[in-house]
Amino acid sequence: MLYREAGQFKTTYIRDQELFPVKQDRWGIFVIIGFSFIIVPLIANDYWLQAILIPFLIYSLSALGLNMLTGYAGQLSLGTGGFMAVGAYACYKLVTVFPETNVIILILISGLFSAGIGLIFGIPSLRIKGFYLAVATLAAQFFFEWLFGRVQWFYNYNNSGAIEVPVRNFFDIAVTGPTATTQARYMVVLCIVTVLALVAVNLVRGRIGRAWMAIRDMDIAAELIGIRPFPTKLIAFAISSYYAGVAGALFVFTYLGSAEVEVFDINMSFEILFMVIIGGLGSISGAFLGAAFIVLIPILITNLPLILGIPINSATVEHFNFMILGALIVLFLIFEPHGLAKIWSIVREKLRAWPFPY
Amino acid sequence: MEILTTIFIHPFFDMAADPILFLQVIWEGFVTGILYSLIALGFVLIFKASGVFNFAQGIMVVFAALTLVGLHENGIPAYIALPITILVMYALAISVERLVLRPLVNQPDIILFMATIGVTFFLIGFGEFIFGGEPKMMITEELLLPYGSITFFDDMLILQEIDIAASGIAALALIFLALFLGKTKIGIALRAVADDNQAALSVGVSLNTIWVLVWFISGIIALITGIMWGAKSDVSFALSIIAFKALPVLILGGFTSVQGAIVGGLIIGIGEKIGEFYWGDLVGGSIESWLAYMIALVFLLFRPQGLFGEKIIERV
Repeated sequence: MLYREAGQFKTTYIRDQELFPVKQDRWGIFVIIGFSFIIVPLIANDYWLQAILIPFLIYSLSALGLNMLTGYAGQLSLGTGGFMAVGAYACYKLVTVFPETNVIILILISGLFSAGIGLIFGIPSLRIKGFYLAVATLAAQFFFEWLFGRVQWFYNYNNSGAIEVPVRNFFDIAVTGPTATTQARYMVVLCIVTVLALVAVNLVRGRIGRAWMAIRDMDIAAELIGIRPFPTKLIAFAISSYYAGVAGALFVFTYLGSAEVEVFDINMSFEILFMVIIGGLGSISGAFLGAAFIVLIPILITNLPLILGIPINSATVEHFNFMILGALIVLFLIFEPHGLAKIWSIVREKLRAWPFPY
Repeated sequence: MEILTTIFIHPFFDMAADPILFLQVIWEGFVTGILYSLIALGFVLIFKASGVFNFAQGIMVVFAALTLVGLHENGIPAYIALPITILVMYALAISVERLVLRPLVNQPDIILFMATIGVTFFLIGFGEFIFGGEPKMMITEELLLPYGSITFFDDMLILQEIDIAASGIAALALIFLALFLGKTKIGIALRAVADDNQAALSVGVSLNTIWVLVWFISGIIALITGIMWGAKSDVSFALSIIAFKALPVLILGGFTSVQGAIVGGLIIGIGEKIGEFYWGDLVGGSIESWLAYMIALVFLLFRPQGLFGEKIIERV
């Protein structure tokens, strides 16, 4: 009863092709966007914004990028951390070379650098497939970890070897650097993520997205119906790396404030892949759900003993954190291999029929 | 021009000028290569038999070594700790098969791959919880492994005895494995499963038993690798990074080829030591972390299925 689309009909093709054809979906999205833009900055405290919401949004963006590559185009990549590092370091160099330019624009431009790098590392995808490709993308991961740690030009020859984010304003409001308020940084991240997520939704339902899915499902068959595999795969790599690059830039500029290259190590790549799989391969909302899951679970595991009042030392918590996370991943894959997005679609089906069983 | 000579000519002069040093570098590469081969072998066995890309192989190496050392630290003599560790690896194989593989039968490869990463996380947490996270010394003496070194050419060429022992044991393990796969009934069943698991199932081979078995064999290979590698450095979770060194070996040799794992391991081991020693300084050193991947990538562009992998045939 709650979620019935009966009686909603369209009289024009334009209305029929809109992004969210079901009224409840449309209003739901408006409510979520409105809530996160207006209510959240008013009520959330610094801890919530800094420790949960900002990383959640950034991880979502990166997971979104990987989901387009792995979930839609079917190319398994383990180099996300490397591409994020490219974005972060490109942004740092741009900001220090062009101090006058608006930092938001520079963050968006730095994604282009990682898109270019993604193109290069996407080239082997024509010849090699599956896990061979996954291992080949690890080359990007290890190469960039080495490059940004070794070549001093990338961190402007400073002694710490870390990149420090300078203060930059956006219409007289500091949005990056130590003096920026958490609210300002949250708003920057939220705006960029919202825009890029809308772009992603449109990409995957358009011509490019359909070509990706055809390649994913069976690339030889796709080739036979006239989809050129090489450009299609390369576009997937470029766009996915663009998202990863912007996410990497945001990660350093709005979340960490200063970072060394170790932040973007192999575990980062795996974390993002977890988000994509737990959220659901080939689903935009899945990227957000997966990111929320992976961000929240460790916080929950760490805080649960405190809430319950069980005395436990932090090293043990760390060990349990690993064990529980590992066990949860396996359990999750066993009970719902299609991810959180699938659970949501089941819930939606149930809601349509409610209160009747079917 | 100057740059070209430093890249393409000088290193070769260096090699020719000091052939004994060159030999030393090759030997070091050979020894590391053997350990890479062993890890890759664990991967290949599991991949062939169950189609699972077992990311946990690296952590199994650490877990096995840690169990052995941890048991010894708690006062259990080495000759009892070793069989107990083997039993632990068997228990691990059974639990992985029961709790992870069996419920996930017929899922896409990527799901199984993720599941093994889950297993990796669990083993890291579990191992640290039981044995503590600090690095430990491998019990080389108690396991009757030689230590010390022998030298040739007036102390110019130094061979660690543990390295020689490692090569010997690895060779023995390989021969044993080859005989096991080729001559015993179980080994033949294992190869049948690797070839076509449905056909094997239809002639009465129990897939579950075979899966437990390959995970157990991989566990034993992991234990051997762990002992050898642990004797060269300490036993800690930092060791699991060698799993990433074994991945280029895999794509080089092919995921499904035992010979490929061995040859690939040696190529990567020797190649990366020579590259690091003679070319590494030109670009700032520590290129070992990615050089192997680049070598493997170049090979892949010419042979997408690896050196010994089966030819990939695709149909619509």
